[in-house]
Amino acid sequence: MDESTILSWLDEVKDPEIPVVSLVDLGVIRRVQIGADGHVTVRMTPTFSGCPAMDYMRRDVERVLREHGVPGYTVEMSLEEAWSSNDVTERGRQALREFRLSPPPAHQGIIDLDILEYAECPHCGSHNTELRSPFGPTLCRALHYCHNCRQGFEQFKPV
Amino acid sequence: MTDPKKDLLYRLADDQLILGHRNSEWNGLGPILEEDIAFSSMAQDKLGHALQLYSLLHELGEAEPDTVAFTRNAAQFHCSQLVELPIGDYAFSLMRHFLFDHAELLRFEALAASSYEPLAQVARKLKGELKYHVLHANTWIRQLGTSTEEALEKLQAALDLTLPYALGLFEKTEAEPAIIAEGLFIGEDVLRAQWLENISRVLNQTQLELPDLSAITPVGGGRHGEHTEFLQPLLDEMAEVFRLDPTADW
Repeated sequence: MDESTILSWLDEVKDPEIPVVSLVDLGVIRRVQIGADGHVTVRMTPTFSGCPAMDYMRRDVERVLREHGVPGYTVEMSLEEAWSSNDVTERGRQALREFRLSPPPAHQGIIDLDILEYAECPHCGSHNTELRSPFGPTLCRALHYCHNCRQGFEQFKPV
Repeated sequence: MTDPKKDLLYRLADDQLILGHRNSEWNGLGPILEEDIAFSSMAQDKLGHALQLYSLLHELGEAEPDTVAFTRNAAQFHCSQLVELPIGDYAFSLMRHFLFDHAELLRFEALAASSYEPLAQVARKLKGELKYHVLHANTWIRQLGTSTEEALEKLQAALDLTLPYALGLFEKTEAEPAIIAEGLFIGEDVLRAQWLENISRVLNQTQLELPDLSAITPVGGGRHGEHTEFLQPLLDEMAEVFRLDPTADW
């Protein structure tokens, strides 16, 4: 058992609210460490601080470690390296598109209005879109509208 | 003498918890579906923020977050009176949200540089989320603040009513000199000046008029446990389920 093996197990754990994206691709698994005594520590960080799914994700990670017979483990939540939507991997972004959820636009650390209002339509790929509301069905989603294919869509918010 | 860190954290956390609860009261009642969702989402964010801050207090030796949130009485709360007022009509809730979240975003942007590293970490996380709250408030204040006579009347009345309470957000406590000296926070006076600049910029784009602040007496007291008659009933309702069985494992 090494760290990459554990990461591959954790790849099976999905975000319960976006069941096509793994926690690894979402970027919420920060670190996996195996101590000299074999104790496994997984460090996670929340996407949004009020996200009710975080508790479920944590329990799912503990369940996976248990099911693979890891004798001793700690799953910790830390804000030391706060999550940014830039942490979603390319594979994660592709999975979001296929789920018809617009991926968060990459940013340079400063989120201005241009970034907040920008979204690519997951149906037709157009950028002729408009932010309708910064709040959607979950804390991490905003509501947009596409003027090209004339459909509403959701976006994973940039933070 | 109160620990300056705890003094600061209680004020931050209690504002989030109480306004979070008030925002949640729009759940199912918003004037349009998107606003129902927006106020409910902001409620969820604010409860998450309160939890992060109560967790820091717990690390400093205070009780568990749930105990702190659900077992204190009104006089033990340090929230501003602004956040405890009933939701009123949509114009009132929107104006309170606008005035509060502008201050809150600036507050957490400043706290991101706090000398108290655990709080700085939480602030760096929260400020990104608060941007969406300010964006939401600005959008509606601009839109409704340039629309019909009825909208202008309602919003102006809401602004006149909430402003004295909003100024109470910047009420200082005895710990203020220590908080500034230790580099925990820039202090309420600096924050208030930045806030005034930011809200004025948005209000200037509307037909609303910011009353002369020098003629207004801020409504304080909240930071010292003096509250309106509205806080205790809110606490009773918020803690109703928790108090049925405080030891229940959810």
